[in-house]
Amino acid sequence: MTAEPMLTVNGLAKTFVLHTQNGVRLPVFANVDFSVAAGQCLALTGPSGAGKSTLLRSLYANYLPSDGQIMVRHRGRMLDLASAEPRQQLEVRRETIGFVSQFLRVIPRIPAEVIVAEAAIAGGASPEDALAAARELLRRLNLPERLWSVPPATFSGGEQQRVNIARGLIRPFPVLLLDEPTASLDPVNRRGAVDLILAAKAAGAAVVAICHDEDVRAEIADMTFDVSSYKAAA
Amino acid sequence: MTRSEPLMEAAGVGHIYAGGQVGCEDVSFRLYPGEVLGIVGESGSGKSTLLSCLAGALEPSSGQVKFDVGRQGLRDVFQLSEPERRLLMRTEWGIVRQNPRDGLRMSVSAGGNVGERLMAVGERHYGQIRDQALDWLGRVEIAADRVDHLPRTFSGGMQQRVQIARILVSRPRLVFMDEPTGGLDVSVQARLLDLLRGLVRDLGVAAVVVTHDLAVVRLLSDRLMVMRHGRVVEHGLTDRVLDDPQHPYSQLLVSSVLQA
Ligand SMILES: Nc1ncnc2c1ncn2[C@@H]1O[C@H](COP(=O)(O)OP(=O)(O)OP(=O)(O)O)[C@@H](O)[C@H]1O
Ligand SMILES: [Mg+2]
Repeated sequence: MTAEPMLTVNGLAKTFVLHTQNGVRLPVFANVDFSVAAGQCLALTGPSGAGKSTLLRSLYANYLPSDGQIMVRHRGRMLDLASAEPRQQLEVRRETIGFVSQFLRVIPRIPAEVIVAEAAIAGGASPEDALAAARELLRRLNLPERLWSVPPATFSGGEQQRVNIARGLIRPFPVLLLDEPTASLDPVNRRGAVDLILAAKAAGAAVVAICHDEDVRAEIADMTFDVSSYKAAA
Repeated sequence: MTRSEPLMEAAGVGHIYAGGQVGCEDVSFRLYPGEVLGIVGESGSGKSTLLSCLAGALEPSSGQVKFDVGRQGLRDVFQLSEPERRLLMRTEWGIVRQNPRDGLRMSVSAGGNVGERLMAVGERHYGQIRDQALDWLGRVEIAADRVDHLPRTFSGGMQQRVQIARILVSRPRLVFMDEPTGGLDVSVQARLLDLLRGLVRDLGVAAVVVTHDLAVVRLLSDRLMVMRHGRVVEHGLTDRVLDDPQHPYSQLLVSSVLQA
């Protein structure tokens, strides 16, 4: 281990408290510790419902952890995302952590290529450069050119997923969180997505990924982390 | 990019109406340049009272509202002289009213409504006023052949877009919006929302958006405050509050709507 840690999780726990269901408590995981260095990929494993997505969303500050720290290397120093101000969390999302969700949240009326380009513009690219980069990525992911200018609402699951991947990978984020990036892709398109993930790793990204596909996992992951063995007591 | 000076600060802002009715209570936050803050809550939860206090229209009975007046640092908005405050409202703030009739002059053409605001901030060159008005009406998708028509002859959605052009033409640093898509039918709402989203991003303008529509804040705001009975019960990143609400009332609010 020579590469510096980009993401270190200490004692992370998440329990949902459902107030609308008489305050029922839903413990998902507790005492989670791991560290991912630049250029490494950690795969989260465990059966459906184990809490893989919950953990990944917590790492993006989309879910609020019940306990623990999420130390991320941001602007050259380690910052605890779990306790950071919303404003800092936004800055981390803008500059340091990229996220590819399990499903694309479609924005009505916005064409696929613009959705992807906007992610680059948010990182400071000019609109022209961003659009060019977006098209290049969509091409590498084999999304048919006639779909680029169409809003993805009517796309198939696999087509939407490729838009999602392009949006998440258009910028060289130092930390990448991927939730089932290749789940709805056929073998040819899966190849394109895996190559992009490998390229991101080679460029120094620390990756945390959820992928059920064992071949993909074997190809991209350096370590695995079984979330189901961190089940918190009810 | 991330400037460390806040644009606006609310410190313990509260307002109690004459009858003793609590409008809002102990609201504090900071807003930075380019940030969009959403405020949600059921009707009567104090959203509009708070917005009136923030926008300088209603003096809070407790706490302070401060704004970075003229980029000179934070100053208490209610301690400004009347001319200072009027200048602030004209040049640095914009208010998008829920009902476009309250934000437009109905007896003046669409182009006039936009041009008027430019004249109010000191633009004198007629040709430039006309060009900018046309440009802005184009940006909010009002066809060029409607520019000389009275807003009265427009649909609600068009009126709302003219109002937005009228406000943004003078390049305010902060825009207040009260239910910007309220009262419009769903397809018109969606279109207006796309437009607002694009404009807010391109201009880097900061905004405070009050609404009961969670889809509006999901699309527009960076941060979200949930209000109930005049108080803020939860405050955080918009997607965090909507996807993993903590307070019982936030959970109820989120679970009461289909997929925001
Ligand atoms: N926002 C939420 N509010 C309440 N409970 C939630 C929320 N998100 C997830 N859960 C619960 O947390 C548990 C873990 O779910 P999660 O989606 O993390 O599993 P997963 O391992 O990603 O499963 P899959 O492989 O099916 O995607 C489930 O019981 C789920 O119902
Ligand atoms: Mg999952």
